[in-house]
Amino acid sequence: MTVQFSPAAGRDRFVGTPVSRVDGPAKVTGLAKYAGEFAAPDLAYGVVVSSAIAKGRIESIDAAAAEAVPGVVKVITHENRPATSQKPEDYQDAVAPPGAPFQALANDKIVFSGQPVALVVADDFETARYAASLVKVEYEAAAPLTDVAAQAGAAYDPPMKRNGIKPPPEPWGDAAGALDGAEIRVNGQYRMADEHHNPMEPHASTVVVEKDGTYTVYDKIQGVSNTHDYIAGAFGLKPEQVRVLNPYLGGGFGSGLRPQYQLFLAMLAAKDLGRSVRVTLTRDQMWSFTYRSEAIQTVSLGADRSGKLQALKHDAVQGTSTYEDYQEVVVNWSGVLYDCDNVALTYRITQLDTPTPGDMRAPGAVTGVYAIETAMDELAYASGQDPVQLRLKNYTEGDQTEDKPFGSKELREAFRQGAERFGWASRKPEPRSMREGRELVGWGMATGIWESMMMQSSARAVLGADGRLEVGNQTGDIGTGTYTILTQIAADTLGLPLDHVTTKLGDTTLAQAPVAGGSWTAASSGTAVMKACRDIAEQAFKLARGMDNSPLANVDFERAVFTDGRIEVSGDPSKSVALTDVMRATGTEKLEATAEAAPDKDFEEQFNAYTHSAIFAEVKIDEELGVVRCTRVVSAIAAGKVLNPKTARSQILGGVVMGIGSALHEESMLDHRIGRFMNHNLGEYHVPVHADIPDIDVIFVDEEDKANPLGVKGLGEIGIVGVAAAIANAVFHATGKRIRHLPITIDKVLGEG
Amino acid sequence: MNRFDYVRPNTVAEAVQALGADPQARFIAGGTNLIDLMKYDVERPGRLIDITRLPLRDIVEHDGGLRIGALVTNATVAYDVRIKERYPLLSSAILAGASAQLRNAASTGGNLLQRTRCYYFYDTATPCNKREPGTGCGAIGGVNRIHAILGASEHCIATHPSDMAVALAALEAVVQVSGPNGDRAIPLAEFHRLPGDDPARDTNLAPGEIIVAVDLPAKSFATNFTYLKLRDRLSYAFALVSVAAALELDGETIRTARLALGGVAHKPWRNTEAEGLLQGKPATRETYQTAAELILAEAKPQSTNGFKIELARRAIVRGLEQAAAGTPQSQSDKRIQ
Repeated sequence: MTVQFSPAAGRDRFVGTPVSRVDGPAKVTGLAKYAGEFAAPDLAYGVVVSSAIAKGRIESIDAAAAEAVPGVVKVITHENRPATSQKPEDYQDAVAPPGAPFQALANDKIVFSGQPVALVVADDFETARYAASLVKVEYEAAAPLTDVAAQAGAAYDPPMKRNGIKPPPEPWGDAAGALDGAEIRVNGQYRMADEHHNPMEPHASTVVVEKDGTYTVYDKIQGVSNTHDYIAGAFGLKPEQVRVLNPYLGGGFGSGLRPQYQLFLAMLAAKDLGRSVRVTLTRDQMWSFTYRSEAIQTVSLGADRSGKLQALKHDAVQGTSTYEDYQEVVVNWSGVLYDCDNVALTYRITQLDTPTPGDMRAPGAVTGVYAIETAMDELAYASGQDPVQLRLKNYTEGDQTEDKPFGSKELREAFRQGAERFGWASRKPEPRSMREGRELVGWGMATGIWESMMMQSSARAVLGADGRLEVGNQTGDIGTGTYTILTQIAADTLGLPLDHVTTKLGDTTLAQAPVAGGSWTAASSGTAVMKACRDIAEQAFKLARGMDNSPLANVDFERAVFTDGRIEVSGDPSKSVALTDVMRATGTEKLEATAEAAPDKDFEEQFNAYTHSAIFAEVKIDEELGVVRCTRVVSAIAAGKVLNPKTARSQILGGVVMGIGSALHEESMLDHRIGRFMNHNLGEYHVPVHADIPDIDVIFVDEEDKANPLGVKGLGEIGIVGVAAAIANAVFHATGKRIRHLPITIDKVLGEG
Repeated sequence: MNRFDYVRPNTVAEAVQALGADPQARFIAGGTNLIDLMKYDVERPGRLIDITRLPLRDIVEHDGGLRIGALVTNATVAYDVRIKERYPLLSSAILAGASAQLRNAASTGGNLLQRTRCYYFYDTATPCNKREPGTGCGAIGGVNRIHAILGASEHCIATHPSDMAVALAALEAVVQVSGPNGDRAIPLAEFHRLPGDDPARDTNLAPGEIIVAVDLPAKSFATNFTYLKLRDRLSYAFALVSVAAALELDGETIRTARLALGGVAHKPWRNTEAEGLLQGKPATRETYQTAAELILAEAKPQSTNGFKIELARRAIVRGLEQAAAGTPQSQSDKRIQ
């Protein structure tokens, strides 16, 4: 186990520095192409017709008027669609929950509002869109059930657990008894809203039929391997018949983890017609698959007079669909965050007539940590403790849910630095005690947590005779900066200038790698790239040492330093040789290496790994009008080594913005009578705009971690977790009103909460 | 989106003629609302009459006030020096709405004619009497936290979304229209209508008529005004409640009061009785509360928008306070004092 960054190879020259995105110029000049932008000869365009009802069946589809429009190639419905695999398991992608995944146009059954009921394919987009408006569908509607609160009574413990999602731990101690006996008790029900990911780029797929009958697929996906295997399975193709690419993603936030129905439909049409097809969803169709489904949560805390926790109960019921048992980790965080002898955590799901929910940035943690961190704030007031002090009093050095110490946890330092930067010490503890003009001022804080994960992953590196290096694998850069950090790691490992390194991602012809999600990409792909480059370093070193009159003769690899395109002897820079000279002198055209990276089993047996954050938020509230402004946020992050402070900061900024949205704005509103999300556009589904976003101060505290040789723990999710609680707690501090239902909109500030 | 013909007249007379020849056609200027509605298949015009070449792009002095051509963009109006100095209420209301990009494209006439933002109106999978008369109102008993609390009917509870129109109502602007039977003037307050049993009609424009200008009267309320807009985020959202308030004061006494509400009804909501009640009264919170009570006496909540009645009451009081103090809501950082 090594902590230092590639000790025998290059020095940390770029790693740890704020290198600008290497893909930035391509993105701002429009050269970067997205899934719905790739061209193909004779490309046809598919437009999806969406179901008007949420539940029932299709009585009839009249496509005659659409088919009569010149330029329409075909209208595909359940009545005429070509056969695909009959086995439900062939549709289970790499991150699917247990169940039978939705298949578009499989039959006449409607299981959610907005379900695709036809695909109109035409020679051009405008014709397809027009013809789609002419398709007449008659339904036999049944009454949908979409209200998670109303369906909570039908909740169940999912019989099959979702791969990679830890079910709640067995209870320990006697939570009910300890709660009864506790001097101080708080108890609350916490609600959020259904949220939709709404990346800027709508979901799109372009399926290109190649001359040799193979398929090249450009798909909006967070990992091309998932699309590849899904297509091969569903359409009965050999792996080599399908190549999937997605070099760039216009935002995913989890919505691009699973292959979605536009991919299936584009592939269905392309295979059926023997013609390349593109399907791009409309913004309103972005409400017809995957969402963060609300969980109804109850948290009960018991403590002694000093605020030391004696009992902790956290129960959640979350919505899923009727055809898959979607699950995420909602309640476990409460057991990981605090030291408590009596803990009971339960998580159940209930079926709704909606699409299957899906992972959305920090899935489960956004939901569960909002509840526990609001409850902890309530306990702070009930016990007369400062919210930071209360958390320190209940600080834990280990993960009680699995009885393991943390590999690293610098949360104390995050509290200290965050509080100092925010000026927390001058907070007046009483609610309604701070005021500026007509506005009440509130200061609140919360903790954030996310699991630090690593996935089995590989990478390939090729060093050319010109001293230029290409590295890459199949994973996607979902906007996080993966291209950039992998370029930095590769450049440092081989001591090359940044512009001598090219990183390629998002192509199934590259080395195997999983989807980009869960904040595991830096650790997984980063380690794989580092190992592949180190392999090349060793190869180059061997060649160099074998050269005539080699300056490296009799030098061990451990003493070789790769820097500025040269291999030099540590402590004796006068002895060195340029990599290009090594290649030329030895007649080497290129050096290649593929490396595997996998989680460190020894480490995993000994430790559990989490990232943490301390979030401090200020709100100003015009109480008479109910208007809440978030005016300041400090987010102090303890997440291991920071590879690139610039892209890392951007990750946290984005997370905080999304957290502000969750706290104050975002809400997909269901009309339960018809089971339909009604505000299905970005005018009425409110994400924060510039005026809503204050100065956000991001701090990275030093944290040494040993789970992987890079010391990284992942940053994609941690920025959002806990933000909603910090803001909700600030609202309470400002107003004295505890609003336990997000988003905190004007009506709730004015009303009963 | 359906297929459509396209014509581009060069004069108002030609435009009126083109509409007369095809009553199902639609005028298009900035297109910031119509194109969306066509994409959603809410509007399916067989012909678009592009009026952007008509000579209606000037703001000119008129009768002691200003005449704004129907094609002057929202951005041009908001930043026009004469408007900013003499009619800051109008400038503020325009800047409270939409985004810089939309305001650059949207026209004065088009702003008045924009359709409601009711979710059900936009969603052809649901019933809507405004979109498809006789199908019912989906919003009643549905998702209606943004809907009307005043002047609604059992057929429609939609609101008019314009901010500009609310300020124009308070300023007693006059809409100049041209049609097959000649020209006529419609006071802003009578331009939009309540839904009644015919919610498909938003305005009192007669068939074949086109807006050519909006006249601002001489009285401009340049000192004591506010456009207070309350919504679900601080910018780029339609009003839950907005208040255009304009006062003339004699010391501590109200000489003239104008008050119009947005986001609460099918049209900018003015209550001249309440304005009359304010006149001659001391400019105090008690006075404002009395006016607010009067305006909202007939307010009626839907299933989830009851908070808007109390919010409107408070917004009226605050709006009048802001106007009296000369501290309008900032439209740059949206601060409310």
